[in-house]
Amino acid sequence: MAAVTAPTAPAAPRTRPVRRRPSPGRVVAWVAMAAMILVTLLPFYWILRTALSSNTALAAHPGDPLPVDFTTGGFERALGLQSTEEAIAQGGSGGGLKFWRYLINSVVVSTLITVCQIFFSAMAAYAFARLRWRGRDKVFGLFLAGLMVPAIFTLLPNFVLIKQLGLVDNLLGIALPTMFMTPFAVFFLRQFFMNVPREVEEAALLDGAGKIRIFFRVMLPMASTPILTLGVLTYITSWNDYFWPLMVSYSDSSRVLTVALAIFRAQTPQTGYDWSGLMAATLIAALPMLVLFGAFARRIVSTISFTGVK
Amino acid sequence: MTIASSSPPSRLPLGSAEEAATKPRTRKARAREGGGDGRLAAVFIAPALLGFLVFLLWPTLRGIYLSFTRFNLLTPAEWVGLDNYTRMVHDPIFWDSLKVTVEYVFINIGIQTVSALAIAVLLQRLTQSAMLRGIVLTPYLMSNVVAGIVWLWILDTQLGIGNEIIAGLGFDRIPFLADETWAIPTIALINVWRHVGYTALLLFAGLQAIPNDMYEAAKVDGASEWRMFWRITMPLLRPVLAVVLIMTVIGSFQVFDTVAVTTNGGPANATNVLQFYIYGAAFGRFQFGYASAMSVALLVVLSAITFLQYRLTRAGQTDLG
Repeated sequence: MAAVTAPTAPAAPRTRPVRRRPSPGRVVAWVAMAAMILVTLLPFYWILRTALSSNTALAAHPGDPLPVDFTTGGFERALGLQSTEEAIAQGGSGGGLKFWRYLINSVVVSTLITVCQIFFSAMAAYAFARLRWRGRDKVFGLFLAGLMVPAIFTLLPNFVLIKQLGLVDNLLGIALPTMFMTPFAVFFLRQFFMNVPREVEEAALLDGAGKIRIFFRVMLPMASTPILTLGVLTYITSWNDYFWPLMVSYSDSSRVLTVALAIFRAQTPQTGYDWSGLMAATLIAALPMLVLFGAFARRIVSTISFTGVK
Repeated sequence: MTIASSSPPSRLPLGSAEEAATKPRTRKARAREGGGDGRLAAVFIAPALLGFLVFLLWPTLRGIYLSFTRFNLLTPAEWVGLDNYTRMVHDPIFWDSLKVTVEYVFINIGIQTVSALAIAVLLQRLTQSAMLRGIVLTPYLMSNVVAGIVWLWILDTQLGIGNEIIAGLGFDRIPFLADETWAIPTIALINVWRHVGYTALLLFAGLQAIPNDMYEAAKVDGASEWRMFWRITMPLLRPVLAVVLIMTVIGSFQVFDTVAVTTNGGPANATNVLQFYIYGAAFGRFQFGYASAMSVALLVVLSAITFLQYRLTRAGQTDLG
């Protein structure tokens, strides 16, 4: 390590990048990093490889690194494009997966939750951070206490409530409990609004803008990056949620992808799983999040890294 | 919009100093406006407060109430006092599932924290690449259901690539999810795979707060990376580590999805974690009162752990500054 920083000569800072000789420690560290990346990413490749193989060939060549007996049958089965006989012949259960229906359900639920939750939480966060009113700190303390209540605890009573509201097996019923706020979202955005310099607000006030106008025209635009990060994280969380939708939805009309996928998996015969169909289905279910993340990855990753989403 | 662009939000800790400076003015302003922004604040906070009261506070109170009742959703709840709790105390399956859950949490948190810390330090000390950080986060994008199914396939006894490799190395195939001893550690590892990147990124955020001069100074003194890790990184990261630990422990006590998809509680109750048992009691046998009582027990356990961890790790204090 000592060789790395030869007393940093301030005279010649950036003339020529000093070639660092890799020390043994650094090599070990990079090997560890490479191993970690491999463990992280290999399953993704294996999903793709399996999804593009045929079930009969998979049984014969389980260890082949490339797709065996290349076919898109798995995807066709997952998307419900195959006839029942065809599906069973290729190792499927014949149980249908109304993929587009579930996809739309997932999109509706996740969008509804994300848009409403972030908007309402931002309003509350602004009121907690920037408005002066009696009892503010007490109410905020109450919200914070909500962070400590584990999700499982509210799930059963919430289910009873949703049932009494007649919203079981309804997309609104899935979205409702997290549509208005989560303590975390309020906390996260309040943290950001607190850090906006007071002068910004005062300048707008002098220009004759009201507090409402300031919120919409100044604060929200300024908070666009944290809001984007929080939004994508909320979208991913609600997209991936399984327990609550499993409780609330009974039929295809309100079934989201995660639940449908678990059912699809339960339907495939225990004796010979339809692995290629299952992998195709998991890939399709995960793809929207991978694309969403891919689009915003850089900004999200740095927001999390620097502000520490806690 | 000129206002917004004029000065970017500062992350400097100007909050406290500036707030103190503006306090007298604030009070005067409040007097002039008569109670500040009360009416506007009420409007702004109304939707979130409604959500909070209806879907968080009320269910919490109701859950506690339901735990003292016999309730099957069809007939009104009937008060039975402590019946559910006495039943719970005498229910061997409850204790079993609590044991299984604790075992899961220990394996999951132990491995996850150590690997997340290693990843975070590697990310900080080796490179600042945002792409690597993005890669680390990718498993987090999958749902527990997807992760469960994928590893079910990879670890399949006959056809899974994991077992192919094990067999190729000359060992016996391991029935990871079908074996009573292997099932819980396997599920714990699957969840480590999915969550470790997110945890690592949170720790990485904590590492970013440590001034780089400290490492530079230590290097000048000839300290090794190993020594710097124990003398600089660990002490300064401790508060962040404590918060992350509390969060992940709470999260990991609520394991459900992976179990539901991979083992369904089996083999022979070996993976019947508490949340799975609660779910079964409520929706399999419609014993909502009993399920609520077990949820209260879980809440108590979690509160106790949070409190203890907070005290033991002195999470509130920083060593920085």
